[in-house]
Amino acid sequence: MSPKKTGKKTAREQSVGAGDRSASPRGDGLRRVVITGAGTINALGHDVDTTLAAFREGRSGITALNFRDVDRLSIQIGAQIHDWRPEDYFNRQQILLYDKFTQFTLLAAKQAVAQSGLAFHGALGLRSGVILGTAGGGLNTWDDNYRAVYEEGKNRVHPFVVPKLMNNAAASHTSMEFGLRGPSFTVATACASSNHAMGLAFQMVRSGAAQVMLTGGSEAMLCFGGVKAWEGLRVMSKDACRPFSANRNGMVQGEGAGVFVFEDYDHARARGAEILAEVVGFAMSSDAQDIVMPSAQGAERAITGALRDAGLNPDQIGYINAHGTGTAANDKTECAAVAHAFGHHADRLMISSTKSMHGHLIGGTGAVELLACIMALRDGIIAPTIGYQEPDPECALDVVPNEAREATVDAVLSNAFAFGGLNAVIALRRI
Amino acid sequence: MTDTIKSRIKSIIAEQAMLEPDQISDDSTPEDLGIDSLGLVESIFALEEEFDISIPFNANEPDKSDFDISNMGTIIAAVQRLVAQKAA
Repeated sequence: MSPKKTGKKTAREQSVGAGDRSASPRGDGLRRVVITGAGTINALGHDVDTTLAAFREGRSGITALNFRDVDRLSIQIGAQIHDWRPEDYFNRQQILLYDKFTQFTLLAAKQAVAQSGLAFHGALGLRSGVILGTAGGGLNTWDDNYRAVYEEGKNRVHPFVVPKLMNNAAASHTSMEFGLRGPSFTVATACASSNHAMGLAFQMVRSGAAQVMLTGGSEAMLCFGGVKAWEGLRVMSKDACRPFSANRNGMVQGEGAGVFVFEDYDHARARGAEILAEVVGFAMSSDAQDIVMPSAQGAERAITGALRDAGLNPDQIGYINAHGTGTAANDKTECAAVAHAFGHHADRLMISSTKSMHGHLIGGTGAVELLACIMALRDGIIAPTIGYQEPDPECALDVVPNEAREATVDAVLSNAFAFGGLNAVIALRRI
Repeated sequence: MTDTIKSRIKSIIAEQAMLEPDQISDDSTPEDLGIDSLGLVESIFALEEEFDISIPFNANEPDKSDFDISNMGTIIAAVQRLVAQKAA
């Protein structure tokens, strides 16, 4: 199934690193890339169906946090996964070996692979891999074991501490679970980790370097140390995530994972797979400016780069899943970037932030948000920005306030703009 | 004691702004002193540590905070109030 013609290798190699390519991905020897499986666990549900139902209903998963020492936090809310009992999904030995971020990943990955109907025996396993995003990796493992040695004064830790906490643990266990023996690694770009991971997976399949890639991301930062660290920045809301609303007062952390099967289009067609959407473009940019404050120019370059990479005109985009953190800085900067990138069309497209429902999954957020993009394309339903109360003149776009909306859209974008000024935007198209 | 608190606050802000304490007057705003949003959050942390107080401040809505950061005078007054509350 790999491209056989000689002379194409150079073009494929270039495409892996080229974020600024102006040509369409089709007609130049590049492979088309489609999504044939999706899985998730997050505060809205333990699978894709319940998550999409919450998007349709505009239901929030944000509740009071519940974990050890939560009373010592000034932030008491989060989008914590409800009814989480790892023993429902994993045996004792697995629970000892998998940090929560790995557990979330494996659950989502199993759902995605099951939906795709793929098995990775033989040659396909050799040409398939996994690229995942996470910011904190095994943060619960760090937290638990620092507590043991510093607070409790213990001088011995469990032998699995390192294999549990390492940021590539989830990718490695996913490769082992399914026999993915091709390119696998983990990307850490804070809040853009999942989008960077999925963009790289897209480029891998498009270039022919891999036939199938599992991709997405995971985060499990809701523990005492994970929330305490965020408190320090003073950008967290104590009551709700209200993106784009004039009275927004910060972000709310979430946890969970989203994993997708990105597959070579010809391979998917040949086996009669159900195709959820086509991945058509990806671009990255760096602000090179500030470690926390976002830049509208940097964001805009990623947006226009993704459109160019996809060969889409701005007016073909019907929906954008926003980064939309609910902070003062992000939302106005993002709206300015969208307004500038799309010109008059910015007033016609819809843009919503589902973080109002599933919270900010940091390194896993883009993966869960891609579900809203797929829902828009496949089901014609645009997930709302809930918690919206007051218009903000600095966010004067159609943010799909509070209620989901039916609309036919042919192409969508998913934005992610990380601390550190690292931006990653993905374009999907209906198929 | 009040003057001591004031001078300690000024020296903390001065360090953040990379200035001498006597270059800071009561009507200096954080902006005048070249303190950006991250610098402000850092300064507030330093004040909390220095006086063992908790300063209510959300960077998303600085105007709505009980902690008035308009200028050095308001910052000093607010810290003095919190220190007095702690002592009470």
